[in-house]
Amino acid sequence: MSATWTAVLVASLGCYLLKLAGLSVPASWVEQPWVARVVDFVPAALLAALVAVQGLTSGNEIVVDGRLAGLAVAALALALRAPFIVVLVLAGAAGALVHVLSA
Amino acid sequence: MLPDRAQTVRDAVGLGLAVGLYGVAFGAAADAAGLDVWQAVVLSAVMFTGASQFALVGVLGAGGSALAAVGSALLLGLRNTVYGVRLVPLLRPRGPMRRIGTAHWVIDETTALSLAAPDRGLARLAFLVGGAVLYLTWNATTVVGAMGAAALGGTARAALDAVVPAAFLALLWPRLGAGFAEPALQRRVALGGVVVALALTPFVPAGVQVIAAVVAVALAGRPRREVSA
Repeated sequence: MSATWTAVLVASLGCYLLKLAGLSVPASWVEQPWVARVVDFVPAALLAALVAVQGLTSGNEIVVDGRLAGLAVAALALALRAPFIVVLVLAGAAGALVHVLSA
Repeated sequence: MLPDRAQTVRDAVGLGLAVGLYGVAFGAAADAAGLDVWQAVVLSAVMFTGASQFALVGVLGAGGSALAAVGSALLLGLRNTVYGVRLVPLLRPRGPMRRIGTAHWVIDETTALSLAAPDRGLARLAFLVGGAVLYLTWNATTVVGAMGAAALGGTARAALDAVVPAAFLALLWPRLGAGFAEPALQRRVALGGVVVALALTPFVPAGVQVIAAVVAVALAGRPRREVSA
């Protein structure tokens, strides 16, 4: 089995078990103040890191290209409360425009 | 149908359809990361939790190891455990079979819908209707996105490359605003995550910097007195 399939299956099963655990463990295990703290803030740290890695890196290098323009446009659209799909379309258009102009 | 029930169903269907359409972006991101349509479909059908799915394909697409990809997906999936704990008193899934079935749909959106419902009966209705609509739409649009992206040329590829980071930004954005608890601290932690990830990029294997960024959670400091929901 390829590494990708292994990752897909292991992560899928793991994420399901995390959901099942929530319905199965005593509430007191999860409702410790510091557990709640970590769980409340992990998504912000990870999602922000993914924005940076997906938008600004290529392998081991920091790269500035159309993706950054896409992020800027997306941030503006999000600030103006545009729906998800509009945000993504605008970001894609900005990336494509930079690609065409720099070709 | 009673007005409350109609309203609950309307809200659940609306949110389910709107978020479900986002599956197009996931399918396209999976394809851009080198996954085939089947792998994208298994992720949407079995993992069924958007941020973790995006993280897995994001790390793999950046050239990261399977271990780093699985690790970041699991870290993001951790919040569903807490959602489950909050949902038990509302949904009261009796018996192991009910619990096994209910668990599959415990995600951001179904939790929000259930917690917002005016009583327990409506919470259960919101969970089931929202979960069903979202599950079906999300899986269908994943296939559309994955197959559509596979047929793209150069400029469209560049567009897709720009869509993936924007998708993560769109997932992050609501956490930084006034609708969320402690938005200023969320912003500080997010900024810390960016700094750690970029600082480590030249030195670690791809994907590892994403997992390392969880240390930024320390910037949130100690829990404030009682953190009950």
